Parts: sequence; structure tokens; C-alpha cells
Amino acid sequence: MKIAIPVDEKSLESNVCISFGRTPYFLIYDPETKEQIFLDNSAAASTGGAGIKAAQLIVDNRATVLLTPRCGENAANVLKSADIKIYKTLSTSAKDNIDAFNDGKLSLLTEIHAGFHGHGGS
Amino acid sequence: MRIAVLSGKGGTGKTLVSVNLAAVAQSSSYIDCDVEEPNGYLFFRPEDVREEEISVKIPKVNNVLCNGCRKCVDFCKFNALAYIKDRLIVFDEICHSCGGCIMLCPEKALSEKERVIGKVQKGNSGKVTVCTGVLNTGEASGVPIIKKLLAEKSTGESLEAANQPTFIDCPPGSACIVMESIKDADYCTLVAEPTVFGVHNLSMVYELVRLFNKPCGVVLNKCLEEENLAEKFCLEKNIKIVGRIPFDTNLGKISSNAEIAVYIDEKYRDMFAAMLKTVTKEVQHEAATNPQR
Repeated sequence: MKIAIPVDEKSLESNVCISFGRTPYFLIYDPETKEQIFLDNSAAASTGGAGIKAAQLIVDNRATVLLTPRCGENAANVLKSADIKIYKTLSTSAKDNIDAFNDGKLSLLTEIHAGFHGHGGS
Repeated sequence: MRIAVLSGKGGTGKTLVSVNLAAVAQSSSYIDCDVEEPNGYLFFRPEDVREEEISVKIPKVNNVLCNGCRKCVDFCKFNALAYIKDRLIVFDEICHSCGGCIMLCPEKALSEKERVIGKVQKGNSGKVTVCTGVLNTGEASGVPIIKKLLAEKSTGESLEAANQPTFIDCPPGSACIVMESIKDADYCTLVAEPTVFGVHNLSMVYELVRLFNKPCGVVLNKCLEEENLAEKFCLEKNIKIVGRIPFDTNLGKISSNAEIAVYIDEKYRDMFAAMLKTVTKEVQHEAATNPQR
């Protein structure tokens, strides 16, 4: 199993990024080997469709679980096609969310927004 | 004579000006290019409306032929394609119909399919031909609809119709859809409010029409007694003021009731007739002094 998390900085202590598609980095974490990889999110500067591209990146890096505060419709469709489960983060660090997930304290993200598409959000 | 009416933001009075100019011109065409929220037809209530669907070409995948090289996925600047679990997924709403992925695919796994994005309507309101573009909600770009609206005007028309003035009610702002709307215009009428915000938006569209090398003039709307910042801007930049509309609750009420002011009150008919005369003179002057445009 590999966990993907959008993060603001390249650190386990980093806060989870509020945006999935336009996060600067993704943490790919393997709870068994404790291996951690930080990916630059090439989708962050896209003019459009950032969520789709970011989701593709996660899929290509063989994540099986995504922990994120929110996720848009298009990205969710990509992730669903790849059988990646999406869990809603709590407003804490990446590490705390991994621990919470391992303890079964995170619930599945059920609210999928229609996308902000140039209208900011947050 | 094609006159585009535009402004940097919504609510400045583009529709008020273009509808009333078209109405006061009597034999004219009114084209509503504000395809995301067309409303000119509410005033004109056109009859004998004919409708035509507008579609764009988007890619269709043959997953048997696709070998997963991802050239298309990497190419698409809009990220409309994803390759997941040995299957190419196309996001129809994200696609901008550039056709690049189809050209690029080495396996010929992508072909074109039509997707309806909206429609154009054409009807008559007295002597005014009313054309309306409607973009379906959620679609990426209204440009194909505007292209259709304006192409229809330039081809297959009688000389008489070609000499009639055409008023193009543009979308707000200065983005692609506005550029498409003013591209073939002979003259641009910029509608401006007298506020700081109004001047900011006026300067945006002014910059745009300069870029397109279009002759232009400004209609000052919602004019009050006090200092008019939009007027100041025009004087500084030496932009012709082609009309002034006072801040007038009665005029606002007429518009709110979807009535055309020039049909209701002689006062407004005189005001817009004078505006039309000034604009027409400007266009003719422009044609005489700058025939290369």
C-alpha cells in the first residue's frame, strides 16, 4: 500500500495542502517500509485540468490511497478509475494524518466538489 | 457597418446601449455575443425564431488501437486526457477542441466526434434582426458560437442588408470571447461607469481595442453631477465621447421591465438617435481617413 498526500513542504511535518490539484508537492508514503518520496506536482501551474493531471501523477506513482482535505469531480473520476480510495484529512500535519489513517480514524471523502475552475475557492 | 459594444465588466450598460442603438436605427441587426448570459432577446422578443445547434469536434478513443504511449496526454495543455489502467480517458468538458491529440496519435487511435456546446437563434423584432448565441452551462469556451454568429452576418446577404448597421453586444471583459466578438468590427463603443472601478475596467477594454487597432469611442453611462472619472480618463487619453447617459432611475426601471427605452419615451429616442448619429459619423470619418483598416 502507498499513501499519497498533497503537502505544502517537503517534510513529514508539513501541513496538508488545501488544494489537491494545485499542491506544490505530493508525499508518497509506504507505511510498511516507511519510505517517503516527495514529488513535485507538475500540474500546479496548469491553466486548466490541474486535478486530472495531478491524479494521473498519483496513479503513475502507484499510490493506492489518497489523503486530502478536498477533491474535485474530474480528479475523483480519474482516481476512481484507478481504484484509489480517497480519505478526508484532519487539519493537521501529514504525519498526524498518516497516523490517524493507520489507526482507522479517517473517513472516506464523500463530498466531491464540482471544481473551482479559475474561481479560486478556499 | 459593424459596431461592437463592449465594457470591462458586466452591468455597465452594454445591452442597454446596443439594444437601443439597434432599435433607434430601425432597419438593423442586433447580435448578442454575450453567449454565457445573453439577454438582448428579452428586450426584442423576436418572432419567427430559427435555431441551429453548434457543435465542436472532440477526440474519441479506440482503446483497441491505443498502445498507451501517452503522447496525447503529455501534449494536452488543458489536461483533458488521462491514461489510467491501460485505458485513455477523455474529459469532454475540459477539451478545447484544438485537435492536436488526434493529429499526434501515432496509432490513429483517436478520431473526431461532434459535441453540441450551444446554439444560435435568429429571429425578427420589427425591422431588427435579432441573433442570439447561447453557450450551454459548463462549457469551456463560447468562441465557436461567436464565430458562427458573426460569420452568418458576413456571408450570403443582400447589399441592402450589408449596408444596415449591425450592433454586436459583446461579453464583458477582455478575454478570448471578446476578441472574437470585435475582430471584424468597424468601430468599438466602450460603455463606462463613472467610478474608480469603472475606469479600471474601461482602461482594460481600451487597451484591447488599441491592440486590435480599432477606432473607438466611449459612452459614459450612469453620469452624475459630480466629477466623472471615466470622462477624465477619456480626456487624458484623447478618446472621443460618443454619448452620455444620465444616472436615471426611470431608465433603469424601463430596462428592468425588459422594455426598450427608445420605444417608450421620446426623450430616450432623441438621446440614442444622437448617439447613433455621432457613432455613424465617426465610422464614416474613420473609413475616409483610415481606409486600410
